[in-house]
Amino acid sequence: MDEKLKNELSRQGIFTTTLQELYNWGRTNSIWPLNFGLACCAIEMIATTMARYDMARFGAEVFRPSPRQADLMIVAGTVTKKMAPLVVRLYNQMPEPKYVISMGACAISGGPFKQGYNVLKGIDRFIPVDVYIPGCPPRPEALLDAFMELQKKIDEQPLTGTKRPRHLNAGGPSEYAVPRYGAHDLEPTKDPNLWKPPLVQIAQAGTDESGSH
Amino acid sequence: MSTATLPTAHFDLEPMTGPSKEQLLELSMGPQHPSTHGVFRMKVVLDGERVVRLKPVFGYLHRNHEKIAESETYLGSMPYTDRLDYMCSITNNWAYALAVEKLAGIQVPERAEYLRVITGELTRLQNHACLIGFLMQDMGSSGTPLMYAFREREKILDLFEALTGARMMCNYMRFGGCRVDLPDGWLDQAKKVVADFPRFLDEYEQLLVSNEILMERTQDVGVLSRELAVSAGISGPMARASGVDYDIRKVDHYSIYDRFTFRVPLGSHGDVYDRFMVRLLEMRESVSILEQAMRAVPAGPIVDPKMKIRGFRPKPGEAYGRIEAPKGELGFYLVSDGSPNPYRYRVRPPSLINLTVLEDLCLGRNVADIVAILGSIDIVLGEVDR
Amino acid sequence: MNLEAIKSEIEANVPGCRLELVANPSPSGQHSLRTGAEHAVAVAVYLRDAEDLRFDFCSNVTGIDWPSREVSEKVKVRKLVDGVEQEVEEIRKTTLAGSLEVVYHLFSVEKKHGPIVLRMRTEDRDSGVHLPSLTPVWRSAELQEREVFDLFGVVFDGHPDLRRLLMWPSFTDHPMRRDYVGPDDYEYEPTAHDEVLRRAQQHRSEADETQLGEAEGR
Repeated sequence: MDEKLKNELSRQGIFTTTLQELYNWGRTNSIWPLNFGLACCAIEMIATTMARYDMARFGAEVFRPSPRQADLMIVAGTVTKKMAPLVVRLYNQMPEPKYVISMGACAISGGPFKQGYNVLKGIDRFIPVDVYIPGCPPRPEALLDAFMELQKKIDEQPLTGTKRPRHLNAGGPSEYAVPRYGAHDLEPTKDPNLWKPPLVQIAQAGTDESGSH
Repeated sequence: MSTATLPTAHFDLEPMTGPSKEQLLELSMGPQHPSTHGVFRMKVVLDGERVVRLKPVFGYLHRNHEKIAESETYLGSMPYTDRLDYMCSITNNWAYALAVEKLAGIQVPERAEYLRVITGELTRLQNHACLIGFLMQDMGSSGTPLMYAFREREKILDLFEALTGARMMCNYMRFGGCRVDLPDGWLDQAKKVVADFPRFLDEYEQLLVSNEILMERTQDVGVLSRELAVSAGISGPMARASGVDYDIRKVDHYSIYDRFTFRVPLGSHGDVYDRFMVRLLEMRESVSILEQAMRAVPAGPIVDPKMKIRGFRPKPGEAYGRIEAPKGELGFYLVSDGSPNPYRYRVRPPSLINLTVLEDLCLGRNVADIVAILGSIDIVLGEVDR
Repeated sequence: MNLEAIKSEIEANVPGCRLELVANPSPSGQHSLRTGAEHAVAVAVYLRDAEDLRFDFCSNVTGIDWPSREVSEKVKVRKLVDGVEQEVEEIRKTTLAGSLEVVYHLFSVEKKHGPIVLRMRTEDRDSGVHLPSLTPVWRSAELQEREVFDLFGVVFDGHPDLRRLLMWPSFTDHPMRRDYVGPDDYEYEPTAHDEVLRRAQQHRSEADETQLGEAEGR
């Protein structure tokens, strides 16, 4: 609809909208995160919900302790291999529509602890991630920015067509395989349908040969 | 001299007598639960509401800090120590720097010692405030004391950000001193924050100390006896609440704590209420230390001028250095073989060792008391699992 | 606190034990006492209960891995060289057996002195890894000895509950040993170098083959 006509009508007290806008408006402004902090980033997440950086004004008023009642899982902190099956199980228990924010360097790719034998090198090996926040730990403003990114992403999701969200797509997956504890490592080490190593030309660090396809 | 005189709760894992096994309920509290201490799991066996057995499960945040440190240089491990007890990064750095200084025989200049004490005591203030806030939150006060505590913590984090560049992971200590000197006006700002702090403590005390619900839920809950505390290696405010008069600042005479007069609060009952009160009183003592220290900061270098960090290879040998961290005795044990990397790097985690007695404290109590007891032990999983 | 004096006192009062004073060359001056496995518990009880010592606070229990290593030394040997007996320098290599070491740091809350460092060594790193547990003496060793068992593989006899502490129960390795090889999940490294670069390139070529195969199969 034409913007000018819309404004004209709204000044007269007639509001026009599309079903998609209304639906997504309700969804973006009431995202309830899961009470899920793993490590240091959890403290910054708590600081974001406190009086100074108040996340409640964005709609994340209640942090739900139960995954059955939550919309968003903010993976804040290092995911260890011992913890990984539980994270995936929690994700599976969340009802659709559900989103994941990967907060901090550790949840994106293992972070400073990447060399560790017990550190999972990124939670996106097992569950799909919507927004990544770099930082160690990211400032509360960065988390708020990521939250707004997620809101923008949800706003743009159409109700029909190929790009519709998973919960309106009966054929899409909503649960992912839970890894098991093996004798030396998790089995499987990653979900091959979900995570493939990015196509980057690997070269010696410090030379000019690196580039992407 | 018999070994059987040790006070312990139980050591056998035989099936319980009493109510039949079908009546018992095994519950897994965690690793994801609303108590904000992190990914910690407790396998609790209940008879109705009473705890019959409690086995903690660790390792959900085991980030291989010690193994990584064997492949890093000594200074390269300093940012990792920030992430041990992630609420108090500066005292972690201090303990590590102290251990390396013992290993290599490095002296610390005056000004650096004062800066260490000031930042260390500020860290203690914000840790104790947040701990009380988290304890209240876990017991169901829906966030208000935590909000007050975080308000003060934000003021202190602003100071840290102005000084070190980061709110939480300060990476502030170096071997032989500190990384960066005070910017202009920092000391005045810090004096203002410390001058305002007693008013916050008065407000906190007024709200909490005679609060009926708090007293009902915490007095005579989780009583830790003095003998068990010493035998189980409990340190810090948890031990002092049980009457153990051991504060490493007074015992080891490390840094320049001998120049400041401060008292060490001791509890007599050893219950959750005493641990809460000891921390409240320790905050007042920290304010007093801060006031004394900030009045007398001398000029001078902030790092030992003889210290060369490039090619730092301490002589072969070993050292154990410890400080009174806000959570207890934080120690670092380093074994050097003359190379730039440590041969063995060990963190003595106060939170893990304070959890030795978790089961003893919770036996026979209700499920709701477990949360209060765990909150009063003051654990941070980054330190427990390393 | 004179460690020599303490050593003689313990040897006088605990029948049969022989302690070894291990000097610490660093400026920290924290020398240690090494005890054998059979008398360790008796020594520990004496340290805890003796009137002048009273080391009732076991602060830190840790393990160290000393893998077996070759020591080469030059030895002068008389040998026949071209028919003439001469003194020749020969390099003799001996293999020092590896062992796992457990170190205890003890303090006294009552007398406010310390630390005393107590050490024990296992026989080797394979099957002879049993050591007596000091948990009946100091309760604080309970969780820390479990950690040494988990990460190094030292089996503590007499420990009330010896299980893995940090890794999951079906894990089979002892990660803090020097010869532990961690799992290889270095598929993507933005600034790889040295060993990690080699492994990442290997993964990269494997991934290329799989993706090529998938493209052909389509």
